[in-house]
Amino acid sequence: MKKEIPLLITFIAGMVMILQFFIPHRPFSDLQQLFNTWFLIITVFAMILGLGNLFKVHTKRLQRRPKGWWYSIVLLAGFAIMFTVGMVWGPARGTPFDYLFWNVHIPMSSMMFALLAFFVASASYRAFRARTPEATLLLVSAILVMIGRVPLGNYIWDKLPLIGDWIMSYPNMAGQRAIMIGIALGIVSTSLRIILGIERTYLSGK
Amino acid sequence: MNIVERLEKLDRRIIFLLTLLAVVIPLLLPIGFKIKVSEPVKLFYDAVEALPPGSMVLVSSEYSPSTMPEVYPMNQALARHCFKKDIKIVGMGLWPEGIPLNQASMEQAAEEYGKEYGVDYVNLGYKAGGIIVISAAAENIPNTFPLDYAGRPIEEFEIMEGIRNFDNIDLIISLSAGDPGVRHWVMIAQGRYGKKVAGGVTAVSAPAFYPYLNAGQLQGLIGGMKGAAEYETLLETSGTATRGMDAQSIAHGLIIFLILFANFFYLLGKRRKK
Repeated sequence: MKKEIPLLITFIAGMVMILQFFIPHRPFSDLQQLFNTWFLIITVFAMILGLGNLFKVHTKRLQRRPKGWWYSIVLLAGFAIMFTVGMVWGPARGTPFDYLFWNVHIPMSSMMFALLAFFVASASYRAFRARTPEATLLLVSAILVMIGRVPLGNYIWDKLPLIGDWIMSYPNMAGQRAIMIGIALGIVSTSLRIILGIERTYLSGK
Repeated sequence: MNIVERLEKLDRRIIFLLTLLAVVIPLLLPIGFKIKVSEPVKLFYDAVEALPPGSMVLVSSEYSPSTMPEVYPMNQALARHCFKKDIKIVGMGLWPEGIPLNQASMEQAAEEYGKEYGVDYVNLGYKAGGIIVISAAAENIPNTFPLDYAGRPIEEFEIMEGIRNFDNIDLIISLSAGDPGVRHWVMIAQGRYGKKVAGGVTAVSAPAFYPYLNAGQLQGLIGGMKGAAEYETLLETSGTATRGMDAQSIAHGLIIFLILFANFFYLLGKRRKK
């Protein structure tokens, strides 16, 4: 029964969601709304579970003190401060939470992403080599798109943006479509395997 | 180690310094490159422009501070565009960090055009659940978002009178930096409910949305800071994206130069070894 009940729930939920897509009328439309509400409630509990797990992992790190354990203090302090100010004053504009978001979180988060520019420049110098004909094709396409997508390209040669757009609109789109169709077919087959109980790894992790 | 090998293994700190200069100098001394508007951005602009005054646009913010330089200027320009045309905005988001950014964009534009919160715009806030939130809101917005982003009941706001579901929304715009984002809005709001959807995404994810644009599932697409600068150009305003284009142009030029430079010495070294 430990496995049968979850399998039955999965089957019913999966079938209802498929049926409501093709038959958007009662009772399936009502069931869809009901399942949507349940899903939203479960998601919130999953978030609470995630937060609890984060707290547990970093509290354990503080007890064991492995290398870099002090980062856990920063994380827990940040978590406690944001959680407290958010709960006490709310997230509205002008509150301490809003102040911390704009003056601490945004600069730190932007800084982390800005570092990418340096690593991309360094990595492209080191790794982007015309080793094979395929790599050369990729390299030439990347250069044309990169230069064609910025105003500088237009100054160098006014046809460069058109070439960049052509690469994006034709070869890129054809490739993207193939990837999307492949992913969609994979999702459909995996979903059917889960709904029909063939794929059961999500139940026990084995 | 000969000169070819030495140049091939150039100290990365030199590259870091060159990158820093390529970004900082154009920001301090703007060049003012002319920005050419691309077709996907023109389509996005036209989709908003085609709406009559009093229309309702749903702007969903699915981005965070890390992608702010690319997506935030779109958010700001879009809010200006809507208020300039007397279009009302219902804001929401599938990423929690996007909510204050969307709110700030709308507030800034509202101040410029004399618009009022609750009357001309509202922010429904964040709801966890991704694609299911879209599906739930499509059927019933007040049930999915009973409170605004600050915890006030949405029935208090004049703008929410008569808004029941997606039937009362004229255009949906998702500004996203990943999943959940534009893809999910297309899947549910466009695919299932036939709503008009447009998107603003980061430059790195823009190529993945061209099939949706080509198929007419997206009304328009703004890609990255360049797209945001194009949108600002169409609106005849100069925002952070336009100012950032000089730096991005020079940085792209530097990276291309570095790639060509490294490949030149790589091929030279390969020939010598033969």
